[in-house]
Amino acid sequence: MRLGVLFSGGKDSTLALHKAVEKAEVVCLITLVSENKESYMFHTPNIDITTLQAEALGLPLIQKVTAGEPEEELKDLEAAITQAVNDFKIEGVVTGAVESVYQAARIQQTCNNLGVWCLNPLWKKNQKALLEETMTIGFKTIISGVFAYPLDKKWLGRQIDEAVIEQLVALGDEYGFSPSGEGGEIETTVLDAPLFMKRIEVLGSNVKAQGNSGVFSIKQARLMEK
Amino acid sequence: MILVVDMNSKKNPFGLQEFVLPIFSIAEEIEKSAVKHYLELNATSLNGYDKVILSGSALKDTTTFNQTNLFAWLKDCDKPVLGICAGMQTIGLVFGGCVKKCREIGMTSIATCKQNILFSSTFEVYVLHNYALVPPVEFDVLAESANCVHGIKHKHKDVYGVLFHPEVRNIEVVKRFIRTF
Repeated sequence: MRLGVLFSGGKDSTLALHKAVEKAEVVCLITLVSENKESYMFHTPNIDITTLQAEALGLPLIQKVTAGEPEEELKDLEAAITQAVNDFKIEGVVTGAVESVYQAARIQQTCNNLGVWCLNPLWKKNQKALLEETMTIGFKTIISGVFAYPLDKKWLGRQIDEAVIEQLVALGDEYGFSPSGEGGEIETTVLDAPLFMKRIEVLGSNVKAQGNSGVFSIKQARLMEK
Repeated sequence: MILVVDMNSKKNPFGLQEFVLPIFSIAEEIEKSAVKHYLELNATSLNGYDKVILSGSALKDTTTFNQTNLFAWLKDCDKPVLGICAGMQTIGLVFGGCVKKCREIGMTSIATCKQNILFSSTFEVYVLHNYALVPPVEFDVLAESANCVHGIKHKHKDVYGVLFHPEVRNIEVVKRFIRTF
């Protein structure tokens, strides 16, 4: 089956991509660049880095800008998937959805309208196990956004390792948030992974944070030989 | 021991991960469980299992609708069975019901209309289907949404079906089925 992967550049969609490559033919990545910071569907810090990630992966990227207005943004998603169907003859879309029925249902609806398969290889998987899997198989992932108490600016830019996972799980249990950020509590950016032919080096960044909300923005980056 | 039957077309590379393993995980927490694909089932496949759960499948996947002959064993099965979405639809078709177009995707409300061991009252569920079941006469309707039937039980057997996906937001429904039998 020819597949397009809905790709935000974070750990979940990158892991979904890795699983898709093992079982089918991934022919393109699809990225929605949301201009609405409040969007539950598509907003992700460092979404522009998907251009560099796609180059590192050697996959074509369909990148669509959306105003990110609820429900209207689904039309932009539909247009992006339609382009993937037309240009790359995809038969299915892979997502990194784990728990969010809000996102999953809307993507299912959009794929259903277009007659393409909607595939969710991470659906309902244990969130700690997913975090550990990304680390075990060799992802270099940094935390690029925090949006939940008691997370704050000191988490921004940290690479996800064993210690970070343990702390996130413990805090998630104590304060009732998803340790893998499924509810948008944490956003991540993948700088290297087994499928990357080159790794991403961050040359410039800045941190904007206030209380328990903050973003690590990559301002300049380049691809480096591995 | 529980048998979870994978109802996904072999065409779907992630049917097992998305629709079967979440149910298996719930079952395995309570009782030893195993997974088999429906194409692997034969007359002796159920030996050693004391209850059976038929999984759901992807929206585009209606493969089992045209393969009901492979599920004829359901008619003679004396074990408790729970069919989920495609599993429920297939049970209904085997017993002489039919399917009709009815699309529901996302969270919706369903109301219990007959007392049963799986659920009660009105509650929110995750739904993902393009077809609804018109249940066969041998089945009672247990629950309905505004659009279609969401729960059925055979009048004389412990054969149940739910159209919603309990593994997403209603895992207690699966647990009650397992713990009751």
